[in-house]
Amino acid sequence: MADHQPENEPLVEVRDLKVYFPVLAGVLRRKVGEVKAVDKVSLDIMQGETLGLVGESGCGKTTAGRAILRLNDITDGTVKIKGKYIHKSSLKEIRKIRPTMQMIFQDPQESLNPRMTVSAIISEPLTEHQNLSKKEREERVFDLMDSVGLNRDFATRYPHEFSGGQRQRIGIARALALNPELIVCDEPIAALDVSIQAQVVNLLEDLQEERNLTYLFISHDLGMVRHIATRVAVMYLGQIVEIGKSESLYSSPLHPYTEALLSAVPEADPEIERTRKAIVLSGDVPSPANPPEGCNFCNRCPKAFDICHKVEPTLTEIEPGRFVSCHLYNG
Amino acid sequence: MSDVTTSITLQSAPSSQWRDIWDQFKTHRGALFGAIFFLFIMGAVFLGPFVWTIDPQYIDILSRDQGMSLAHPMGTDQLGRDTLARILVGGQTTVAVGITAMLLSLVLGTLVGVLAGFVKWMDGPLMRLTDLFLALPILPLLLVIILLFRDPLRAAFGPETGIFILIVFVIGITSWMQAARIVRGDVLTIKEREFVLAAKSIGTPSSRIILRHILPNVLSPIMVSATIGIANAIITESALSFLGLGFPSDFPTWGRLLFDATDYLQSFPERVLWPGVAISFTVLSVNYLGDGLRDALDPRIRGR
Repeated sequence: MADHQPENEPLVEVRDLKVYFPVLAGVLRRKVGEVKAVDKVSLDIMQGETLGLVGESGCGKTTAGRAILRLNDITDGTVKIKGKYIHKSSLKEIRKIRPTMQMIFQDPQESLNPRMTVSAIISEPLTEHQNLSKKEREERVFDLMDSVGLNRDFATRYPHEFSGGQRQRIGIARALALNPELIVCDEPIAALDVSIQAQVVNLLEDLQEERNLTYLFISHDLGMVRHIATRVAVMYLGQIVEIGKSESLYSSPLHPYTEALLSAVPEADPEIERTRKAIVLSGDVPSPANPPEGCNFCNRCPKAFDICHKVEPTLTEIEPGRFVSCHLYNG
Repeated sequence: MSDVTTSITLQSAPSSQWRDIWDQFKTHRGALFGAIFFLFIMGAVFLGPFVWTIDPQYIDILSRDQGMSLAHPMGTDQLGRDTLARILVGGQTTVAVGITAMLLSLVLGTLVGVLAGFVKWMDGPLMRLTDLFLALPILPLLLVIILLFRDPLRAAFGPETGIFILIVFVIGITSWMQAARIVRGDVLTIKEREFVLAAKSIGTPSSRIILRHILPNVLSPIMVSATIGIANAIITESALSFLGLGFPSDFPTWGRLLFDATDYLQSFPERVLWPGVAISFTVLSVNYLGDGLRDALDPRIRGR
């Protein structure tokens, strides 16, 4: 099944994914509620595409990405990767499929063990999953360093001796070591300088082309996501509010939240920038422990009407490949 | 390209890391002195008796209570036994007790600390156990343990080895709590760091996450507890000897010599001085040694 995949079946299929964190209180640490970090998220990622996952901080994008890789416990829902359900697999079974899915982390300083040399960091996945001789492993590490643009001389150095961009390259090399198919990029450029951001994103794109990688690209940088993503999913308060092809979502956002979000992106052209009108949302993001009744966005939505405060909208297909979760389009 | 690769293979030879560590260690002057002095003490204590051949147990009542002289460089005690010989032989026991007891308490403390920090459900029970041990009145506990186990151990291993095992065990199990608490705290912060998550995403099993990622990063506090542990063990051993619970009275250790000498503190103060100096300098040199090692093993400090 895993090897004979039909052409049109997505590499990753997530249905109604829920990640709730319990809120404990009192002397007995009893559960008094739960934070709905990810609430009924469904998405597909096709082989070879880049799905951008955007949203403001705290909306659950990172948690969703980690849950798909089973780095967080999943409360409910299903995750299917390469035709295999993994949401209930034991740690042992997960370990076997780890090579197909890897992750690139946000903070390259934090994600590299300061006590390991670069070659030890990059070869960790190799020692865990492949039986290579020392010589072969060394060769493989050098290959990986070449492909992410790191000088081979750096193999015996430690992470603190590198710049942020170089560290992120080490992280990318580690993620590539096992020839994965899916890479979850958890804000891989957020901690980097703008000039370095472009380098790293270009590297990711080149690698995708070379190795036919599939990315789940989590970011809050809308401009960068527009550049790299084939499709984009917008999250708000643990839910996906809109999902669609990158061009159509950026040119004609349907959900009021997407609209507001995109209106905040500055334009490079000063002529357009002058006339750009940012939609400023009032109020704050409600607590995910206590989301509003009805639509999650209703208390801040400029276009909200009666039903929004009572009934929760569902993600429905408006156009082919375009899903929106809003009452404006449901009837 | 080929010559580049060869130069790299030279560089990445496994010896280079130890070389770096040694290079860094050398730059820490105190550590270097500490290491040299510690080696000197070890040499003196373990090889010295072959050079200074006076029997530490030989009673020469005619030359008792002597001061420093060529025949007795550190003088003699109230029974005319040579102090230098007793210091050298006593050092063997003291250093051995100090190091083994420190190792035992360190292993215990690290084990408890890592388990409590890493395995969530063990945190509560293990930390309460630590609290329990901290709250135990040590002296009555020691009395009971020694009362219960001294004779069986003596029968099994002979009087000296038996009491050695007993003392190391007693010191070990009453001094691991500080290390456990420190290690637990550090493990709690380190296991939340992203490189541990990265290791999980690679599929590294927990045991290897602990060995590869957590332990090396809690090395600094472990080293510090180790150096303090040696000092602690030496001092506890002295106290036990003083209470008559340690080694037999004719069996010299530094602590024994120190407490024997306290009776003559007013008439012969130098008798307290010799074992006192030996204990303090050993402890000090070990402290510096540990300090330097800790720095040398941290790649972030190395090369600065």
